Amino acid sequence: MYQAHDLGLTLQGKTLLHGIHLAVKPGAVTVVIGPNGAGKSSLLKLLAGERRPTSGSVTLDGTDIATLAPARLARRRAVLPQAAEVAFAFSVAEVVGIGLGTPGTARAGAAIEDLLARVDLPGFGHRRYDSLSGGERQRVHLARVLGQLAVGNTGAPRYLLLDEPTSSLDLSHQLLVLRLARAHAAEGGGVLAVLHDLNLAAMVADHLVLLAAGRLLAQGPPAQVLTDAVLARGFGVNVRVNKVPTSPFILPQSVDGA
Amino acid sequence: MSVQLRRARASGSGLWPAGAGLAGFAALALLAFFAALALGPVTLPLGRVAQVLLDGVGGHRAQAGTGLRDTVIVLDVRLPRAVLGALVGAGTAAAGAIMQGVFRNPLADPGLIGVSPGAALSAVAWIVLGGSAAGLLPPEARTLGLPLAAFAGGLATTLLISRLAMREGYTSMATLLFAGLALGALASAGTGVLVFMASEQQSREFLFWTLGSLGGATWMKVGLTAPFVIVLLAAGPFLARGLDALALGEAEAFHLGLRVERLKRIALLLVAAGVGASVASAGVVGFVGLVVPHLVRLSIGPGHRALLPACALLGAAVLLGADILARLIAAPAELPLGVVTALVGAPFFLWLLRRRSAIG
Repeated sequence: MYQAHDLGLTLQGKTLLHGIHLAVKPGAVTVVIGPNGAGKSSLLKLLAGERRPTSGSVTLDGTDIATLAPARLARRRAVLPQAAEVAFAFSVAEVVGIGLGTPGTARAGAAIEDLLARVDLPGFGHRRYDSLSGGERQRVHLARVLGQLAVGNTGAPRYLLLDEPTSSLDLSHQLLVLRLARAHAAEGGGVLAVLHDLNLAAMVADHLVLLAAGRLLAQGPPAQVLTDAVLARGFGVNVRVNKVPTSPFILPQSVDGA
Repeated sequence: MSVQLRRARASGSGLWPAGAGLAGFAALALLAFFAALALGPVTLPLGRVAQVLLDGVGGHRAQAGTGLRDTVIVLDVRLPRAVLGALVGAGTAAAGAIMQGVFRNPLADPGLIGVSPGAALSAVAWIVLGGSAAGLLPPEARTLGLPLAAFAGGLATTLLISRLAMREGYTSMATLLFAGLALGALASAGTGVLVFMASEQQSREFLFWTLGSLGGATWMKVGLTAPFVIVLLAAGPFLARGLDALALGEAEAFHLGLRVERLKRIALLLVAAGVGASVASAGVVGFVGLVVPHLVRLSIGPGHRALLPACALLGAAVLLGADILARLIAAPAELPLGVVTALVGAPFFLWLLRRRSAIG
């Protein structure tokens, strides 16, 4: 299990995160929501091990990730960045191959084709990365991180950390990414995703975490977190949560008196 | 040609497969190497060059007549010069590619981390201030003083700049760039002061050194340069995966399991030592570290596994070619090597940039 224990982050005297307790369980999708500046991306950076917390710790199966070698950590967790500029004119296949770490071999070539097909970019391997649209680039990186976890498979649960994985995608690809996240959880892996869209969050999450001003305001199953009162506290607007037969949903039109 | 180029670039990251590109660059380097041995005031046929080389390898040296003349020309004059040129070209181009990978910028140049300005400052300091002290030293130490001083100065400047850019165990590449600019300017100012103090003959010696030349090539210089360049080239395969990952960004490279900070430090140190040794023995040779990696990326793509050895091969070929031009254009006088590389390299680079933006 991937856990945050009393996590705090202070940068230049400003407290960005405070007292965060959190568990990313294998077999489940955990989604972090919250307004801009709530500390969602900072939390993801701490969980990824990319930044060290000012207080508290992040553990993977009980071991502080600060003590793990980067290469070992990389076999257990992969991180999808929000937007990654790739320096130099790499091809799509090369970018995905960097995740596999074994470029140039025929087996890697087949694996890359397979990964690209999974993110709905079949046959894109020979295209230049910098010729792609933002949404296509995001899916190339998703293929890359899926490949990274496939290579490192030791049988232990592997974790996907996704920073706004749907931000530049159209609706059908938003759903594709969420399906892939669910599939990863169904295979026994753990997923932590930062999402902006509350409806997508409600749809995909097993466990929902609401951050506001660097603090954990609420966490639990979507039905518990996505209530009028909690959202009003978290986002500072009055919304009305409605329900379709399966899950709660939020219509922006139902904002009143914002 | 541009249509063909466009199509080729759309179907892969380079014009040619890496293997074919490497073979081509290796052939070019070999051709340039033999041309460097054959061409000059006395032009020798390739067969003669090969024969003298083979005899030399076998330990036979002709003792008289044209045999002696050819042996002296090939083995004693042109061979050390060609080997030094190949080392300097290979080292400078590979170092450029590594720098560009670490900075994630195709315009990065070893000059940015202070190697050249630092080396220049200590070179002029040696020429102007060390000259008087050199009277006390044995002659061998006197000829070695300049390259050793330049090497030490380049390395020290890079270490100082890296130190300035490090905070809490993290090296900020942006700070490194600014620190490099500032310290480079400071070193140039110091160089200016020393040149101002220098005698006519001293400033002429320094000017020649800054323009670069293989003219003073000796086996001693080859021996001093080779270890650093060989270590730099041998490290290439171990740096390649890391540099590829760095192209995605420093955070992403860490996510992929890389020790980013260690990679950056090792790469900078290798570059500083390799370029420092090259600059020390051949002076400042511009544009090779910029143009060669650029050309190689266009031809076989940016993946560092093939890029680094390909840059070394093409770098050697280009530098040897430039040196041949430098020797032939104004024969029997020699043009400074740095003048030739800049004269050919700069317009070529501009042309590449223009065409690249036309392709989009």
